[in-house]
Amino acid sequence: MAETLRFDADEVTAQVTEGIEKIQQASSTEELKSLRAQYAGADSAMTLASKAIGSLPADQKKDAGKLMGKLRADFGRAFAARETEVKAAEEKAALAAETVDMTLPVDRRPLGARHPLAKLMEDVQDFFTSMGWIIADGPEVETEWYNFDALNFGPDHPARQMQDTFYVKGDKARDAAGFVGSNMVMRTQTSSDQVRSLIKHGVPLYLACTGRVFRTDELDATHSPVFHQCEALAVDKNLTMADLKGVLDKLAVAMFGEGAKTRLRPSYFPFTEPSAEMDLWFPDKKGGPGWIEWGGCGMVNPNVLKSAGIDPKVYSGFAFGVGIERTLLLRHDINDMHDLVEGDVRFSEQFVMGE
Amino acid sequence: MPMVDIDWLKEHVEVPEGLTYDQLAKDLVRVGLEEEEIHRSTVTGPIVVGYVVDCVKEPQKNGKTISWTHVDVGEQYNATDENGNKVPRGIVCGAPNMAAGEKVVVTLPGAVLPGDFRIEPRKTYGHISDGMCASERELGLGDSHDGIILLRDYGFTPEQYEALKPGDDAMSLLHMDQPILEINITPDRGYAFSYRGVAREFHHSTGAAYTDPVVELNKHVPDLSADAADPAAKSDVEVAVEDNNPIHGVTGCDRYYARIIRGFDPSSPTPNWMRRRLTRAGMRSISLAVDVTNYVMLDLGQPMHAYDLDKLEGPIVVRRANEGEKLTTLDGKEHVLSPEDLLITDSPNGQRASRIIGLAGVMGGLYGEVTAETKNILLEAAHFDQVSIARSARRHKTPSEASRRFERGVDPQLQPAAAQMAAELLTRYGNGEASEHPTDLNNAPRAKSIHFKASEVKRLSGLDLGLNTISDVLSDIGCKLGGGGNGEFLVTPPSWRPDLGEPCDLVEEVARLVGYDQIPVRVPAAAAMADGGLTPAQARRRWVANTLAEYGLVETLSYPFVGDEDYKAFGYDPEATKQVSVELVNSLYGDRKFLRRSLLLTLAQTVQRNLRRGLEDVRLYEIGHVYQLDPNAPAIPALPGGVRPSDEDLAALDAGLPVQPDQVAGILTGNAIDSGWLKEKRPIDWSDAVEVVNRISDRLGAKLTLDQPKAEDAPAQWHPGRMAFVALPDGTRIGEVGELHPHVNEALGFPAHTAAFELDLTTLLASLDDKPFQAKPVSTFPPVKQDLAFTVSDDVTAAQLEAVIAEAAGDVLESIELFDVFTGKQLGEHQKSLAFAVTFRAPDRTLTAEDTESIRQAIVDKAATLGAQLRA
Repeated sequence: MAETLRFDADEVTAQVTEGIEKIQQASSTEELKSLRAQYAGADSAMTLASKAIGSLPADQKKDAGKLMGKLRADFGRAFAARETEVKAAEEKAALAAETVDMTLPVDRRPLGARHPLAKLMEDVQDFFTSMGWIIADGPEVETEWYNFDALNFGPDHPARQMQDTFYVKGDKARDAAGFVGSNMVMRTQTSSDQVRSLIKHGVPLYLACTGRVFRTDELDATHSPVFHQCEALAVDKNLTMADLKGVLDKLAVAMFGEGAKTRLRPSYFPFTEPSAEMDLWFPDKKGGPGWIEWGGCGMVNPNVLKSAGIDPKVYSGFAFGVGIERTLLLRHDINDMHDLVEGDVRFSEQFVMGE
Repeated sequence: MPMVDIDWLKEHVEVPEGLTYDQLAKDLVRVGLEEEEIHRSTVTGPIVVGYVVDCVKEPQKNGKTISWTHVDVGEQYNATDENGNKVPRGIVCGAPNMAAGEKVVVTLPGAVLPGDFRIEPRKTYGHISDGMCASERELGLGDSHDGIILLRDYGFTPEQYEALKPGDDAMSLLHMDQPILEINITPDRGYAFSYRGVAREFHHSTGAAYTDPVVELNKHVPDLSADAADPAAKSDVEVAVEDNNPIHGVTGCDRYYARIIRGFDPSSPTPNWMRRRLTRAGMRSISLAVDVTNYVMLDLGQPMHAYDLDKLEGPIVVRRANEGEKLTTLDGKEHVLSPEDLLITDSPNGQRASRIIGLAGVMGGLYGEVTAETKNILLEAAHFDQVSIARSARRHKTPSEASRRFERGVDPQLQPAAAQMAAELLTRYGNGEASEHPTDLNNAPRAKSIHFKASEVKRLSGLDLGLNTISDVLSDIGCKLGGGGNGEFLVTPPSWRPDLGEPCDLVEEVARLVGYDQIPVRVPAAAAMADGGLTPAQARRRWVANTLAEYGLVETLSYPFVGDEDYKAFGYDPEATKQVSVELVNSLYGDRKFLRRSLLLTLAQTVQRNLRRGLEDVRLYEIGHVYQLDPNAPAIPALPGGVRPSDEDLAALDAGLPVQPDQVAGILTGNAIDSGWLKEKRPIDWSDAVEVVNRISDRLGAKLTLDQPKAEDAPAQWHPGRMAFVALPDGTRIGEVGELHPHVNEALGFPAHTAAFELDLTTLLASLDDKPFQAKPVSTFPPVKQDLAFTVSDDVTAAQLEAVIAEAAGDVLESIELFDVFTGKQLGEHQKSLAFAVTFRAPDRTLTAEDTESIRQAIVDKAATLGAQLRA
C-alpha cells in the first residue's frame, strides 16, 4: 500500500455519520451487508482511520482512539438496530408470502359413522349396566318353545296368531297342535330370551336384552319386518309393579331428558299378569308435549317363571319391552322408517359416531 | 274390532248427558279397552228428506230408462220459479225403484259424499239435475246400490213415516253425522266384544250405573225344569253332540240351545233403529231374521245362527268332519274339510248327520239358510270350544264375527238369554211366535274357584289396599266371594270371564279398577347381581364397531334375507347353499326366502343401493348374525309351557337350532383417498381391506394372521390371487379378506378392485384372553438399525420371511418393517426382493458390533431355510 495513512478526524466522522444514515435507510439484509463492507470493512474510512492512529503523535493518540471507539460503537449500534428491524420485516414478508386459505377443505381420511340404531342400543344397554344389570342377546332363529310356549302362549293361544310370525321351513318336527314343521320361528320379540336367561343365570336376575326381532309386516313409513327391541327382566323376591314404574320412569328420562315420565294402561300379554301398555310423556314432542305409546310391560306371568323352574310363590318379577326404532324416530324427529333400514350412508353420517 | 255407539251403549249403562266420543275413548282406555280410531263422518250436507211429487220415465238411446222427477225438499231447499214461488226441484234419477209418492233421501248441491264426491247441479239427459237421490252405498251406509233409499222400507212405524217432512235433516235421521268409536279388544277380554261387556267396563271406569241385560232376559226364558220332569213334553228339535275327535280332550260343543220361531213374516222390514245400529257397527242389513241374530251377537256377545226350519230334518247332530267332506259356506266358497273341523249337520231321509248345514261357530252353509220365503226359523245359540273354532277359522281362512267371539271365549251361561232376546225381536217385528220348549243340551263346566290370598295384591302390584276394597272390586266384576277370614277368599269368577284362572289374574282386575296410576313408584336395587355390566366380549364388540367407524367405514344394518340372485352374484352353488341355509315359510321378499350365511351378501345389497343413488367411495360395514343350518340337526321337540324342561330336553331344543354367530364384514369401493384439491388420490384395493382387518386385530390385541391359499383354492367370490383367509394365532380360520372377484363386481355393478372382508366375530372374541395384558419394560439403551434385503422365490410370502427373521433375531428385535418389494429380470424367473428395516435393542446393555453381527448371521442362516439369499 503506497498511500500513507492519514488520520482526519472530521473526515472519518463524516464518513461514519454518512454510513449510519445509509444503514438507517437500508431495506434489506443484502444492503446492510454491503453497507457494512463499505463503511466498516477493510477498506472503509473507519478501518483506515483506526490503522492511522498508530502513526499519530503520542499526545493525539488518546483522543483519536477515543473518537474511533465512539464511532465504531455508534456504527455497531446503528447496524444492529437496523438489522433487527430489517430481519423482522423480511421475515414478516416471507411469512406473508406463505399465507394460505385455511378454509380449504381438508379431509384425507374422512370419519365413518355408527348406525344410529346400533348406537342407541348401546346407550340403552349403558342405562341398565349403570344400575348393575347384565346384558343378554339370544338367538334370532328361535325355537317355538322359547318364543311362545315358555312365555305362556299355548299352541292354540289366540295371541300366537296375532304375532305375524315368520316361520322356519322344515318337515322333521311336529308342534304341540300336531302340525308338521320345524318348531322354529324368527323371534317375534326379545322376550324370547326371558326363559333362556332365567334358566342360564337363575334368580335373582336383573337383565336387559337388546336385539333384532322379526314380524311379517311390510316395510312402510312406520313398520319394518326386521326391527329392534329392548327387553328388561327383573326377577327377585319382593318386586312389584312399583319397581317396574320406577325403572320405566328412569329410562324415560335417560332417553328423552328431564321431564319425561311414563304411565300405564291395562292391557294383555300372555307372558305378564298384570299387564299394561306404557305411554311416554315426551316433553320435546313436535307440536307440543304429549303422551305417546312406547311399549308393553307387566309382572312376569307365573307360568313363565314355572317354565324356568322358578317358584312364583317365592319370586316375582317385572318385564317390559320398548321399540328401539320407535325411540329413535321420536328422539330425532325422523318421519320415515325407510331411512332406518335402507342403509343410505347420508342418513347415518348425520349421526357421525352417535351422541 | 268392535264399534261402540253411545246411543246403543245407553241401553245398558247410564251414560252422562253430552258424553263425547273423545271422552268415551278416554274412559274406556283407562280400564284397558284401547281406542283404535274414532271414525268421523265423511259426509257433509245438505242431505234432506224429499217427497217425489212427479216422476216421468224417459227411455234413452243407450237403452237406459231415467226418471225425470220433481222432488219437494221443503221450503228452505226448494227451487224458485220465474214468479218467485218456491217449487220442487227437478232431479234426474237412474234408479229403477224411483216413483212418485215416495219419500227419499236427497243430496243437494253443496253436499259432499264419501270419496270426496261433491254434489252440484249438472246437465244430464237433457235436463238440469238440481241434486241427487241417494242409494245406501253413495251415503256410505251400506253396500246396497240396487236402487235409491226409499224411506218407507227403512223400518219406520206408520206414524214415524207419516211424520217425515220434506226438508227434514236426513243426516241426523240416519245418524250419518255421528262419529263412532272403534276399540281394540285384547284376547283375554272376549266378553268386551259386546255392548253388554263394554257397558260393564264403562261402569268400572266411571261408576255409571250398569244393568246386565241378561238378568232381565233370563226372567223370561222358558223354564225347562218342567219339561225335564214331564216325559210327554216335546222339545223343539232333537239335538246330539257326537264328537269323536275332541281337541286336547275338550268336546267341541258343550252347549247347544235351539229355539223355534213359527209363523214369521219374511217380508217384515228390519226396524230403522236396528238397521241404523247394524250399519254403524259395520254390518250389512240383510233381512230381519239375519239382522236380529247379528244384533243379538253385537249386543250380548253370543254368535247365533238362523236356519230355515222347513229345510231341516232332525236330529241336528254336531260332529267332526270326515276326511274329504266338502262344504260351501254362505259366502259361496267351497272348503275341503279336516277331521278337526266341527260341523252342524241334519239328518235328511233318516240319514243321521248326513247333511252339513254349517261350519260350527265359523260360518253357516249355503243349504238351510233363511231366505225371503222362510216362515219357520230355528235359532241356534251354542257354546263351542275356543281352540276348535280358532283352528277351523285359521284353516279355512274365514275369520268371521262369530269365530272372533268364540275363539276369545263366549259366556257359556248366555245362550238361553240370547235366544230369548232374538225371539222377542222376531216376535215383535216379524209377527213370529216363539216356542216355549227350546232344546238345551248343556254340558258346560262350572267355573273353577280360585283360592286367593288378598296379600297377593300388594306382593305383585305394590298397592296397599284394604280387604273391603279388594272384595268390592272383585264382586263388581261379577265374582262370587266366599271366606275372607285371614285375608283369604274363595273366588268364583263370573261365567263371562274364562280368562280369570289364577290369583295374578285377580290382582290385575283389582289393580286396573283401582287404577294403575295409584301404584307407587320405586327403583329396585340390583345389588344382588355381582356380575353386572358388560361382558368383555360385549365391550370388545363395541370397540370393533367404533374402530371401523373411526377408520372411515359407515355402519349399516341390512335385512338378513337372501336368494338366488345373491347366490349367483357371489358365484355360490345355489342348491348346495340352500341345503345349509335357513328357509322361511312365509317370506315377504319372494325369492329372497333364505337367511344369509354371510354378511357380505346382504351388505352388497346395501352397497348397491348407495351406488345406484349416485354415491361414490361407498365403504360400509356391518356387525350382525348369520345363520348356519345343519341339515342333519335333530328335530326340535314340542314341549309344554309352564314346566321347566329336563336338561336333556333343553339340550334338544338348542341342538336343533342353527348356529348363529355374529360376523363383522365390510365392503370398500371407489377411492381409498380422494383429497380433492390436494390432488392425493388412490383407488381402493386389497390392501385397504387388509388394513381394516389389521386395525381390528390391533384394537383387540388379537394377533390375527393371513393365510393365503393357492389361486385354485380361493373361494369363488374372491379374486383368486388377491384373497387370504384370516386366522387366529393357532391357525383357526375365522374369515376372509381381499378383493372381490371381477365377476362379482360385474354382477353387482361395483367398481373394479372392490375390496371386502368378513370375520366370525363370535369366534374371534371368544379366543381372546380376559386377563390383563403383561407389559414389557422399555429399554433405554441405544438401538441398532439395519436394512436387510433378500432375494427369495415368489411363492414365499412376506409374512413367512418376516416370521423367520423375527424368530432368528429373538428378544433383541424391537421392530421389523418391510420397506421395499421388487421384482425384475436381474433377479431371475419367479424371484422377488423383499427389503426389511430392522431395529435391534437389548433390554440390559448396549449391543456391540459382535452382537449385531451374530444376530445378522443367525437371520441369514434362518432365512436360507426358505431359500432366501441376502442381497449384497
